[in-house]
Amino acid sequence: MKKYFKPSVFFLSLVPFLIIVYKIYFNQLGPEPVKEITHHTGEWSLIFICLTLLMSPLKSLTNLTIWINLRRMLGLFVFFYATLHMLTYVVIDYRLDFSSISKDILTKRFIFVGFASWLLLLPLALTSSKKAVLLLKDKWKKLHRLIYLIAILGVIHFLWLVKQDLTKPLIYTVIVFILLLLRFRFKKI
Amino acid sequence: MKKINYSEITPEKIYNKRRTFIKSIGLSAGSIGFATLPFMKQALSKNDNKLTSYKDITTYNNYYEFGTSKGDPYKYSQSFKIKPWNISIEGEVENPINMSMEEISETFLSEERILRLRCVEGWSMVIPWMGFSLSQLLSKVTFTSKAKFVEFESVYDPEQMKGQKYPVLNWPYKEGLRIDEAMHPLTTVVTGLYNKKLPNQNGAPLRIFIPWKYGFKSAKAIVKIKLVEKMPTSSWMWASPREYGFYSNVNPDVSHPRWSQATERVIGNDIFAPRVKTLMFNGYGEEVANLYTGMDLKKYF
Repeated sequence: MKKYFKPSVFFLSLVPFLIIVYKIYFNQLGPEPVKEITHHTGEWSLIFICLTLLMSPLKSLTNLTIWINLRRMLGLFVFFYATLHMLTYVVIDYRLDFSSISKDILTKRFIFVGFASWLLLLPLALTSSKKAVLLLKDKWKKLHRLIYLIAILGVIHFLWLVKQDLTKPLIYTVIVFILLLLRFRFKKI
Repeated sequence: MKKINYSEITPEKIYNKRRTFIKSIGLSAGSIGFATLPFMKQALSKNDNKLTSYKDITTYNNYYEFGTSKGDPYKYSQSFKIKPWNISIEGEVENPINMSMEEISETFLSEERILRLRCVEGWSMVIPWMGFSLSQLLSKVTFTSKAKFVEFESVYDPEQMKGQKYPVLNWPYKEGLRIDEAMHPLTTVVTGLYNKKLPNQNGAPLRIFIPWKYGFKSAKAIVKIKLVEKMPTSSWMWASPREYGFYSNVNPDVSHPRWSQATERVIGNDIFAPRVKTLMFNGYGEEVANLYTGMDLKKYF
């Protein structure tokens, strides 16, 4: 059972990506396809951030280390979906028009925050290997706490981009808030 | 999601055929009165833009009265009752009137008006509306000397419009125009599209359409038109005055805090189609720019 757990989570994590590939191929993206891809990849980045943050509370609750084994993979999926999200915007939507993109980053606060969170994900993805953990020792833990900041920036990015109906971004804000709060509690105990 | 019947889509093909037929017999054909207006000839000739499909026009809507998702208006408006329907014209007028929808359809002849729609969110459509100039409707009343602005009020009916149960905007939806904007021949009272009755999700039975302004200015399901002295506060100005101004003219040089307005995505294009440049006044500058001579459009956005 245990042997198959991690690979199954891996394939499940790929499903949102396969959905997009399917929708592109069969032209199922609706009238505004680029926006659809942007929203889909953006939302799944946030979902994977939440899943990643859920792993250590789950470990504390269940006393099983299996969750920690999943954590790195889920974190890499955050990077995977966030990169797809960023590339959709840069390559498909703005076709590498870097003057428009840099103007957007500097003048639109939600794009600034979104781009910043992607940049912050980079060092985490680069130091995800076992080797890096051994090499960086204590520093690794400190560095990877950046995910808390990324989670907060991620929900701010969502809150700032919606037009009027804040329901969905507020749901993510509450989830991230609870997940971060759990850490304070576990630390004290 | 509900499927659209094939029968609902086919008229578009017949429609397009009919259009080429009309084109082939020449634009001067008396049947298209709109094209005989000097400013519309240019607008039509510029219209190499492909018409947006009937399906996209009627399933991709911003109509928060029926929900905030683009698909909600189609899903939740089908049973919306539009009979009976009355529109009152009141406020700073000598002779307030109240007309039924039937009277309006009998009094004013709707003609085809192919106009571009640019949404503030950065997408655009080309829509073959059916309608007539608002100035015709307003000619039924005599303005007092105090009348400076026109306020449009949409229907308030939370029982039928589930979106109105939530305070997303201050209901009923309100919009406004300066009198000279309202009297401009391009400001259209819409009663249909693709040569069919206006679908509920597009603002049936009657809406306005102002092609050189962002889409939200074009209020749907109107019940009241009020002539007023002071500039009305529209629902979106109320919601966020920093983001939405009274004028809301399409302007690629004035950026919205969230969306750059320099370019737009054309609805119906595939994912590899590039954005297109947004035109000043949505391409209707020649017709409407003189309304704003001497105004700082960055200040009065």
